Amino acid sequence: MSAMSRRKFLRAGLVTTAGVAGIAAADRLAHRYGLIPPDGGGIYGPGETLNYAAQRLFASHAPAREFPRSMISKTPFANAVAPQSDAFKQLQAGGFADWKLTVDGMVACPTQFSLADLKHFPVSSQITEVACEEGWSYIAEWIGTPLKGILREVGVLPQARFIAYFSIYPDWWDSLDMSEARHPQTLLTMGMNDGDLPVSFGGPLRLRVPRQLGYKSVKYVTHLTATDSMKKFGKGLGSAAPEGGYAWWAGI
Amino acid sequence: MCYSPLVLATESARKSEISRHSAVVRVTHWLTVIAFVALLITGGEIVISHPRFYWGEVGNSGTKPLFSLHIPASRGTVPTGYNFVMPDQNGWSRYLHFQAAWLLLFTGLIYGIVGFWTGHFRKNLVPGRGQRTWSAFRGVMAKTFRRGPPDVADARSYNVVQRATYLIVIFVLFPLVIWTGLAMSPAFTGAFPWTVIALGGRQSARTLHFFLSGALLLFLIVHVAMVYLAGFKSRMRAMITGRASAEEERP
Repeated sequence: MSAMSRRKFLRAGLVTTAGVAGIAAADRLAHRYGLIPPDGGGIYGPGETLNYAAQRLFASHAPAREFPRSMISKTPFANAVAPQSDAFKQLQAGGFADWKLTVDGMVACPTQFSLADLKHFPVSSQITEVACEEGWSYIAEWIGTPLKGILREVGVLPQARFIAYFSIYPDWWDSLDMSEARHPQTLLTMGMNDGDLPVSFGGPLRLRVPRQLGYKSVKYVTHLTATDSMKKFGKGLGSAAPEGGYAWWAGI
Repeated sequence: MCYSPLVLATESARKSEISRHSAVVRVTHWLTVIAFVALLITGGEIVISHPRFYWGEVGNSGTKPLFSLHIPASRGTVPTGYNFVMPDQNGWSRYLHFQAAWLLLFTGLIYGIVGFWTGHFRKNLVPGRGQRTWSAFRGVMAKTFRRGPPDVADARSYNVVQRATYLIVIFVLFPLVIWTGLAMSPAFTGAFPWTVIALGGRQSARTLHFFLSGALLLFLIVHVAMVYLAGFKSRMRAMITGRASAEEERP
């Protein structure tokens, strides 16, 4: 081996070692600061972790874009949902008077809210865009109450790291980290464009998460749980989406 | 220092060889190939879920498209005129699309920083003083279409058409395709609203992203075709080992 190639070999070795050490250090820091998403393992884990960590580091307080009233879409698109269950039809027949939102888990006082109860909380509205991962989008006004007010009411314990939320559909559930759950635009939505939220758009109760793609805004929400780990839910990937191959964090 | 005769022999055999591509150029080139092919395939899969394009902020199956691709979709809610639905590949496609985008971004940053640092752009890509004319440009184009014999200089450096093309791909098309991609992210545009407002809205960004990807695909096809015409083996060897023969060969 000549002196030249030995030097090259040493330099390549040093660069590789520095690279591996750098990645190991970044991984430890990411774990410590909670920058690893629940679906951060597997072959797409590195990309998914970079997406989520970049948002947490550089955009965690940024609001979703809001639009003027004139930009509200005349043809919002409801997307397809599976046929409603008998339990849902029964609630619908009663004008959703018996619809209950159960909030439990790591909270000081587990509580059940009716829609009337939720309407006693401060009203908030936003004109934001629903963007589907498929590519289409529409703008609507969404009216409801910010999730953070409900979380304050039930007294979420400090060790809670996620809010899991469940639809009346058995296999439709998701979760948010605490910064997203407490974000002022994360909205328990009961109205749309100055009327009640239509069933096709998730009525009577949808959790709007406007900084993420449409599938994160779960329709027909009946249950919220505060938890310190998403490992206990489903396959432990944070939501139903990764079990169907989709990313848990849907901000991109 | 003592050289073995073997080393001396190797050195003399390499007399007619020149150093063509630096290690950084070669490694970043192939990483870009991996990332770009992954982005192209997964991007195509994502388009299939909604092969309609719009202009402005919003667009969906209930609004008039700017244009549609006449292909079946992977979702039943899209009016395509076909009565069947393709398998849904969006989940892994989106995971891989962003992972490959990160690879492209990091590779591009390393290439860009090293390129400016070492003078790679100035020396190898910015056309020389005498080359910066339309007649030089036309001359290269005319010779290429005539399939004239390549200049000896072509094995060592790029002509003006190649230089202009590479500069556009590196400093215009790739930055724009990354920008228009990010302009579709609700989280990113929340933090940096001007990135999507400047493009005319989210659907405009998506349509531009599609056309920019098409331009990059066109570059890829022409690039591979030119490599083949210039001598596939020697050009591949140069981009893998870094060395090229000083004498030009014909395919």
